[in-house]
Amino acid sequence: MGLLGRISGFILSLFGKKHVRIGIYGPPNAGKTTLANRIAKDWTGEIVGEVSEIPHETRKIQKKDKVIIKNGKSSLTIDIIDTPGIATKIDFHDFMEYGLVEEEAKKRAKEATEGVIEAIKWLDNVDGVILLMDSTKNPFTQVNITILGNLEARELPFIIVANKIDLDGSTPATLKSAFPKHDVIPISALEGINMDLLYETMVRKFGKRK
Amino acid sequence: MAKGNEINISFIAQEKLNNLNSEEKLKFILKEVKKGHILVLESGLSSEEQAKLIEMTMEDINDGFVGIEMESYMEEKKGFWQKFFGKRNRMTIVGPADKLKTIYRDKEVIKTIIKAG
Repeated sequence: MGLLGRISGFILSLFGKKHVRIGIYGPPNAGKTTLANRIAKDWTGEIVGEVSEIPHETRKIQKKDKVIIKNGKSSLTIDIIDTPGIATKIDFHDFMEYGLVEEEAKKRAKEATEGVIEAIKWLDNVDGVILLMDSTKNPFTQVNITILGNLEARELPFIIVANKIDLDGSTPATLKSAFPKHDVIPISALEGINMDLLYETMVRKFGKRK
Repeated sequence: MAKGNEINISFIAQEKLNNLNSEEKLKFILKEVKKGHILVLESGLSSEEQAKLIEMTMEDINDGFVGIEMESYMEEKKGFWQKFFGKRNRMTIVGPADKLKTIYRDKEVIKTIIKAG
């Protein structure tokens, strides 16, 4: 950690927030639960929830409380809120393509719609947000734009995280140029790549008093 | 009312929606979209209204209605005057997800196709 980091760490330790509730938001299959698991595992040794290739695996809010993240001499205690993926459409036929029978697919679709509603409502209960995007995909989706607009309107501190940089076709630079005024951190939650930079940014960004 | 392969597209002037409060506006939009109509809103929805519209859409999804496709540009950053006089929302396009499909978008261009039938 450089001199600047040590100074900001010292200032945060004097004046910063110590315990915040951080929501992980994004579209389905961006890797939200994988990231929640990575953070929880790195600092507590436990995981938050199951992951799956099938979209909308997380259909209810999952929490991991009191995760202490350290960055040099400063630290931050966070409650991780892993949210269901936000979508504007949910078609049960899409789940059947993953081998689910019709009844299961319809049940999953119904639960997924409830999950989207719950995720949006939880925006009122978080102190900060990690907006997770898949760096192999176009960042200009309506879901990303709508979430971003809501974070700005609520004046919530947030970090844009470009996930899946371990995959071919990942272009984190596209995300950085798409959102030049915001912090964009490229990571692989699955492989644990660049997590130190994310933790440093989280402590700096979410540790600040409003 | 559109018939057969015809698609109904309504261009809604801001005066029409200005007379409605947020909830009335979103109910109107969802009602039209569920009829299969595509709406082009001159004065679009705010981010909060978009989130609320997604919530209301989720409540209405069933076997015959799979949701919406919605497109708008990023909101302009709040400037000095907008803090006093409010932001102008940007144009929004909303339609049923089985008819309106986005094929490309970047910061300045949105390309969609409309599927008939």
